Amino acid sequence: MLSLIARRLITALPLLFVVTATMFLFTALIPGDPARIILGEAATPAAVEQLREQMGLDKPLLVQYVDWVIRAVQLDLGQSIYSGQPVTSILNERLPVTLSLILLSTIVITIVGMSLGMVSALRGGWVGRALDAVSLLGIALPSFWIAVILVATLAVAVPIFPATGYTAFERSPGLWLLGLVLPVIALSLVGVTVVAKQMRDSVLDVMQKDYVRVLRASGIAPHRILFKHVLRNASIPTVTMIGLGAIASLTGSVFVENVFVLPGLGFVAVSATLKKDLPLLLGLGLYFTLIVILVNLIVDIVYSILNPKVRLA
Amino acid sequence: MTGPETRTIARRPLRPTRMLGPMRLVRGLLRKPLGIVAAVYLIVVIALAALAPLVAPASPTKPDLRSTLQGPSAAHWLGTDALGQDVLSRLLYGAGDTLIGVLQALLVWLLIGVPVGIIAGYIGGMTDRVITRAIDVVLAVPTLIVTLAALAVFGSSLAAGMIVFGILGAANLARIVRASVLIVREELYVDAARIMGLSTSQILWRHVLPRTVGVIIVQAALFAAIALGVQTGLAFLGFGPPPPAPTWGGMVAEATTLLQRHPWLLVPSGAAVGLTALALGLLGDALRDVDAERRSAGGERVPRRAEPAVATADASDRDDEMMLQVRELTIGFRIDGEWVTVVERASFDIAASEIVGLVGESGSGKTVTALALLGLLPPSGRILGGSIRFRGRELVGLDERGFRTLRGNEIAMISQEPMVALDPSFTIGAQLSAVVRTHERGTRRAAKRRALELLTEVGLPDPAGIAKLHPHQISGGMAQRVVIACALAGRPSLLIADEPTTALDVTIQAGILDLLDRLRRDNGMAVLLVTHNWGVVADVCQRAVVMYAGHVVERAEVVDMFTNALHPYTLGLLRSNPHLAMRGEPLPTIGGMVPAPSDWPPGCHFAARCPMARPDCADRAVVLRELLPERHTACHYAEDLVPGKQVRA
Repeated sequence: MLSLIARRLITALPLLFVVTATMFLFTALIPGDPARIILGEAATPAAVEQLREQMGLDKPLLVQYVDWVIRAVQLDLGQSIYSGQPVTSILNERLPVTLSLILLSTIVITIVGMSLGMVSALRGGWVGRALDAVSLLGIALPSFWIAVILVATLAVAVPIFPATGYTAFERSPGLWLLGLVLPVIALSLVGVTVVAKQMRDSVLDVMQKDYVRVLRASGIAPHRILFKHVLRNASIPTVTMIGLGAIASLTGSVFVENVFVLPGLGFVAVSATLKKDLPLLLGLGLYFTLIVILVNLIVDIVYSILNPKVRLA
Repeated sequence: MTGPETRTIARRPLRPTRMLGPMRLVRGLLRKPLGIVAAVYLIVVIALAALAPLVAPASPTKPDLRSTLQGPSAAHWLGTDALGQDVLSRLLYGAGDTLIGVLQALLVWLLIGVPVGIIAGYIGGMTDRVITRAIDVVLAVPTLIVTLAALAVFGSSLAAGMIVFGILGAANLARIVRASVLIVREELYVDAARIMGLSTSQILWRHVLPRTVGVIIVQAALFAAIALGVQTGLAFLGFGPPPPAPTWGGMVAEATTLLQRHPWLLVPSGAAVGLTALALGLLGDALRDVDAERRSAGGERVPRRAEPAVATADASDRDDEMMLQVRELTIGFRIDGEWVTVVERASFDIAASEIVGLVGESGSGKTVTALALLGLLPPSGRILGGSIRFRGRELVGLDERGFRTLRGNEIAMISQEPMVALDPSFTIGAQLSAVVRTHERGTRRAAKRRALELLTEVGLPDPAGIAKLHPHQISGGMAQRVVIACALAGRPSLLIADEPTTALDVTIQAGILDLLDRLRRDNGMAVLLVTHNWGVVADVCQRAVVMYAGHVVERAEVVDMFTNALHPYTLGLLRSNPHLAMRGEPLPTIGGMVPAPSDWPPGCHFAARCPMARPDCADRAVVLRELLPERHTACHYAEDLVPGKQVRA
């Protein structure tokens, strides 16, 4: 298990490099002086010069990048151009919001997606057709759109849930959950449909495996075959889809946090982009990539636990 | 059930027609109502966007503070916004912006994804490995954050963001194109083109690209839906051109802030975004269906037949000494609403402590017959007539609950591929114990002990060690012994063995057959051995039942059958068996192939391939008759095969 984790983390290094280097490269590609562009035409030359130094723009790009990496390894991602606060402290403060969203969304995706897929495989008929229709909606409709519609209906027209705002879990778990219901619905829809489809296909696939027939021929009760053998085997390929759903939730959180005014990473990302706060954006790139790596790692671990062929390989 | 023989009939053409490209896809789309609706909607949106200055009723940016936040009216069909601007006009002008954004992303996506995918798939080798690795990395990039960074750096318009989004999305397209090129590359006509000396670029352009176009178009529609979501989403977040310039996303954002005061405002812009995204999704979905249908077209044609009259068993023909009596068993499958008979009036018996071989080619119905004995026909299959009596109990019409008390306890089954007959997720010990516990009450410990006993009984060395392993860690021969151990757990009196040795090495086969024979002798267990291998029949069976195209054509003791077959089909099979062939002489074969159920004649199914066939054979209904004592044949002219009894007509 440890060697699996180590191997995955090593293969994640190129990803970290690609993301941070690309975002770094953007700075160099800015036509003209990035400091001037960030501060605008009205800024004094002294202020521009100060920012240039702060951003290390006077050094060659490669040196700048290596400097950034060396400091990043020491958990120093520089300061926000605007607030002057350390990037890590801004992001760490926002992290729980986004992680709450992804965690709840992944739970919903897993439970609802797998159950729907199971029911659709066993019942077929209208459940299957409904699933097809809903999955089309889930994949085609943008998450911000779904979020807006949810606010318009379940928060404004029929005020059941709060339209905006976040309550920390430590302050009130109930309010925390209530405030996240609509965002999580908006985020999980894509994942639920993808997982449900995969689960349906795998259940149908496993059901016609020889071993299921052999199990039936041995007289084992159908519900035991279903919940022990079919569920276990069908969940193996589904785990990968749950991971994709979790990552889709991370992407969606950028939009959804802004619709529901949840002070998470996505919320910071938009304001940082509008303010051209490059150090903060670079930090966000790193955080998002680390979350993706973490999700993939968890998927790999769960996959290897479920699939004995991988476990011992 | 059609065997593999019938499948090869519909061969793929050596070279596909040029129609395989986009035109064929468009034609297929015309048969999908939802696809047409989506396509027409999109065409209308594109046309309106292009013609916005001509068709828009008002300027999109002319404020009119006297009429703000109005509902739909004759003057303003879709109402006005907070500045009194005409919503319909803003939607029409904003459409262009949105569509151009989608187009930017789409073009970059195609220009990068298609060549990269084709190069990786066609060239292969090191290039492929490097590209595939790069694709894997890019697939994991958090796209939206990088897109935002691009916007921060380059951004007063959304173009930079959409282009970066297209670049990152191209990794997925490259992956899909690569996979599809890998398949095309292996096809015969591409080989032929290579041999004919066509240059690589000619081959790619003329042969490979047309075959991947379908996949690319499908993916393009789905990607466009996602790009639309990103474009409108970014505009919604405020990254589009600054107000008062009209954008769909910006209009949704404005409507969101006014939800309490004027909910109507969300309807036009929300519908525009939602419907357009949905149309792209529907189009992609319909195109994918068309593409999939096109790929599977020309494959198997399912034979059809009307529901046959249900035959009833002949009760007089009963032998109560037999453990299992199958009489006039008729089995059908419901395919596209029609019944196709796959086994017709099959009759045979099995006595205790006897191994009976059920012999025939693929498609003869032998496996279906075996499954019917356990009530394990696939959902579309059903027993249409006849009787199966097992120890005096009628199994035809028995419900699932009834069969469950029988399965494993009375009748057990082992199947053809031992490696897939065990659940890969559980250890052998766990699976075997679970089966033991369904048959015997007792502690887990007792079940475990019994499981080890069973593993010993089937001749496995080190049962305790094997019990701890997963199925993929043991060999096929060992797996088959484990499967037999599972089957023995309930101490069944009849074991159905469906080709138990086909997937195994010859040396292992003998061991498994010896085991079956030992179980027969020691436990008095009867075995129905489904096989197409005469060697296996000769080795362990006492009697054999030969099936051909759903009919039992001959039944006899094995020795009698080998010395004097009483059906021309049996004779042909025996002669074409390499084990029994004469050295130095060409191996005789039976010409033609097993007919599909739809091509069965009313009389003898073998007539078309029979060297002895006479004109009436295909029309006269066959009856399995006892020609000599204990020797049944379905041949109308079997007398000709009895030595010394040849009577020529």
